[in-house]
Amino acid sequence: MADHILEVNDLRTRFRIAEGTVHAVNGISFWLEPGKTMAVVGESGCGKSVTMLSVLRLLSIPPAEIASGQVLYHGRDLLQITEREMEHVRGKEIAMVFQDPMTSLNPVLTIGRQLCEPLRVHMGMDNRQARARAIELLDQVGIPDPAHRLGDYPHQFSGGQRQRAMIAMALACVPSILIADEPTTALDVTIQAQIVELVQRIRENLSMAVIWITHDLGVVAEIAERVLVMYAGYIVEEALVDDLYEDPRHPYTIALLAALPRIDRRRDKRLLSIPGAPPNLLVEPKGCPFAARCELVFDRCRVEMPPLIQVGPNHQAACWMDVTSNKPRV
Amino acid sequence: MTDAPPTPSPEAQPLVQVRDLKKYFPVRQGLVFEREVGSVKAVDGISFDIQRGETLGLVGESGCGKTTAGRTILGLYPITAGSVTISGIQVGGISREELQALRRKAQIIFQDPYASLNPRWTVSAIIGEPLRVHKLLADDKARRERVHELMLLVGLSPRLINRFPHEFSGGQRQRIGVARALASDPDFIVCDEPISALDVSIQAQVVNLMEDLQDGFNLTFLFIAHDLSMVRHICDRVAVMYLGVIVELAERNELYENPLHPYTQALLSAVPIPDPKKSRARQRIILPGDVPSPINPPSGCRFHPRCPIVKAHCAKVTPEWREISAGHWVACHEV
Repeated sequence: MADHILEVNDLRTRFRIAEGTVHAVNGISFWLEPGKTMAVVGESGCGKSVTMLSVLRLLSIPPAEIASGQVLYHGRDLLQITEREMEHVRGKEIAMVFQDPMTSLNPVLTIGRQLCEPLRVHMGMDNRQARARAIELLDQVGIPDPAHRLGDYPHQFSGGQRQRAMIAMALACVPSILIADEPTTALDVTIQAQIVELVQRIRENLSMAVIWITHDLGVVAEIAERVLVMYAGYIVEEALVDDLYEDPRHPYTIALLAALPRIDRRRDKRLLSIPGAPPNLLVEPKGCPFAARCELVFDRCRVEMPPLIQVGPNHQAACWMDVTSNKPRV
Repeated sequence: MTDAPPTPSPEAQPLVQVRDLKKYFPVRQGLVFEREVGSVKAVDGISFDIQRGETLGLVGESGCGKTTAGRTILGLYPITAGSVTISGIQVGGISREELQALRRKAQIIFQDPYASLNPRWTVSAIIGEPLRVHKLLADDKARRERVHELMLLVGLSPRLINRFPHEFSGGQRQRIGVARALASDPDFIVCDEPISALDVSIQAQVVNLMEDLQDGFNLTFLFIAHDLSMVRHICDRVAVMYLGVIVELAERNELYENPLHPYTQALLSAVPIPDPKKSRARQRIILPGDVPSPINPPSGCRFHPRCPIVKAHCAKVTPEWREISAGHWVACHEV
């Protein structure tokens, strides 16, 4: 489709390990519009990071295996192109920022060297041009005295500054998609607020599409236009951000929102706790993965995984139950 | 817990009294001739009381000294200056035996349920350790029965008594940590970020468990956390730390609805609200820069280099710790 910069169809990623097969991503489909921010939210092990690593082909195969799927970037399937072509896409077209900037930066190379490398490799700049651009990038992400800081090593940067440097690197080649994998999880709230503001400003300036992966429903409310909720390797709900918070339609999303303490309200009751824990991904999925923890579960849920069902305009939920009437869908 | 804070009778002694507590760590330099070149002033003069049955929240960003404060209060680090009294017992300057007796009554739950449980010990050994150390139950059978009871109390199946920590999920491990802390029947528990390593759906389980236990055993908590939403939910009063000092302390709704210190205001405004409409309507205070080093903290008010309402004297004069209204304390010249 013309207005989809990225379209993922029926992606399945598994890991073959000694204990068996980990069913990490179980046939998910989604799309991204240019210049928009989409959030992917879910708890540890829900497959949100593995999905993005699969899209960028950053998983080592084996143990990983992409069992099926298409990743269409401007209509071209990234799962079919050569590794060389993929290298060009990574960094130049689609860039990724990771959770822990200390482990994703090389500790023995200066920030300047790490920042100039993509500029030389992908943009064909010489050393002088790359340096000038690197200074500009650091300035753009709000690092004071950028010319001087180019010679610093990652450990000389604070946590927030390292994440800014990572973002500068991701932006180096002006990608059309930025995938941010929990970029603020390791940071304090005041620093998180700085980074959120930075990414939003850059997205507007460069009209870049952003996929923001997080477990934090507060951050999602702040940054996203559209949201995918993942659970145990499935997308269980997809909605525009306002609809998701005002009118959640999947029992998991409903429970998750009710389990959150609120900073903006007086305490009125205990937190709702979701019993049990997410399913073991080593077991072949059968039925709805949330069935064992769901209040509205009935027979069909345990045997058949519901597809994403249209529940409103731009709103889909994978549930056999209509949560507005508490009646099964037919 | 209800929304109203417990109002202690004036004659009631607080269970925990902290007075001008300081904890400095020496900074050494040189390989052969090591010498002290300065100190990290991790906690630099904090004071508060905690009433019996109360939950006091201690919040702040990484490096503000909240964890060090919690550990120093329990005597896990030697006190540099000031005093801590728990149930009338002075924590500093007491013998090993006295400290051990105190530890029976004052326990801790750690942040990381992966690192804080010995991987080679069974659940039975972990939960039973305080019973052994404090010689509370002499014979193995009685001890095992007590471990059984504790496991039921925290919602773990006693069938798992001989399992090892790696066989449990994060939430279950934290339940093991809670059971271990409860084993010696304490009055006071320092909860050092007990839920921040857990997923949202599991956090609520552990928080509700801790509240039930508090009600059941009249426990007193010092709840150390950086999650300001959770702190509002479970604490009665909240103290905000910045760079080793407490800048504001108040009853929870007062603090969240009427924050007076500019740092508290910025901190609260930075917390994302899980409501997109409110989130868009909100005015945020974005603080410039990072938290400065606690080795050479800024002069005067420690927050002055980042403060949006800083005045000339803020860099020179340390603000006084004042009670602005009943129970609402703040250290700022401009309030």
